[in-house]
Amino acid sequence: MSPMTIPQQIITIAICVLGTMLTRFLPFLVFSSKKPTPKYIVYLGKALPCAVFGMLVVYCLKNVSILSGTHGLPELLAIAVTAGLHLWKKNMLLSIAGGTIVYMLLVQLVF
Amino acid sequence: MKTKALKAAFPYTIPIFAGFWFLALAYGILMNVNGFSFIYPMLMSMLIYGGSLEFIVVTMLMSPFAPLSALAVTLLVQSRHLFYGIAMLDRFRGMGWKKFYLIFGMCDETFSINYSADIPEGVDRGWFMFFVTLLNQLYWVSGATIGGLIGSFLKFNTKGLDFVMTAMFVTIFMNQWMKEKKKDTGLIGIGATAACLVLFGAKSFMVPAMVTILILLTIFRKPIEQSYQEAEIQ
Repeated sequence: MSPMTIPQQIITIAICVLGTMLTRFLPFLVFSSKKPTPKYIVYLGKALPCAVFGMLVVYCLKNVSILSGTHGLPELLAIAVTAGLHLWKKNMLLSIAGGTIVYMLLVQLVF
Repeated sequence: MKTKALKAAFPYTIPIFAGFWFLALAYGILMNVNGFSFIYPMLMSMLIYGGSLEFIVVTMLMSPFAPLSALAVTLLVQSRHLFYGIAMLDRFRGMGWKKFYLIFGMCDETFSINYSADIPEGVDRGWFMFFVTLLNQLYWVSGATIGGLIGSFLKFNTKGLDFVMTAMFVTIFMNQWMKEKKKDTGLIGIGATAACLVLFGAKSFMVPAMVTILILLTIFRKPIEQSYQEAEIQ
């Protein structure tokens, strides 16, 4: 059971809600639509997404250990399948489903 | 107009359904096993709506009361949303009342779809993004609630299903990568994050990674901006 009282739990959750909302709303509050957005921020808005998607791929793989266990082999193979399917058919759903099925088979049956 | 947007949005959210349901069920079950009523995962998935933080909150709630550290952890884990907001400043302009919900519900997956999807002509962009956001959140909240209700009764072999999120980000990254003429920004994102993961470890690499990305994008602003201008001229 939780060592906190109910009000303490509510305060903790409320802090997490408000903190999250702060990170989501802050850019829109700072750069209002009335004033022109600074050029540097406009540039970041264009340059960030591709970098962020790369960051998210690595973020998903953060718990993969190359030095121990399966050495990241199932992840590497499944990403290769996903990328290969995507280059071949350019169909997102197919690439995602194919890669995920291969990964599930690998971790359940092979590794 | 709404039905058309819903029909266009739904296919994009199917992989999210698979990934969210799996993760949200796991999260609801975790809360249930720790002795919390399903009300907790239901409200937290509705109001916080950020997967990784919600899992961390389970640990927080099982520890002594520490509001300041809860705030610090929240800001650190969620700081990547600042990037999403900056990228969406222009696209959310003029969305009226929908703008509030679009910002409120902008998790990693929703941002990725709303930023990268090729919205068909004739489909209202505001409603498209609204439905992507709403559907994704419905998947997450329903999964977390059901997980909290049925808890430990569930037994089926879903080992590896969480890879659906990785696969989704790989395809979105590839789409974006193929659109960009110069590949520098994608390389910066992967390279900086991977380097920081090795240097700082899985628990604390995200903030250094984001700072490194910002620094590199600032240093290489001139050549990157030039490639955008060339792309616009062509």
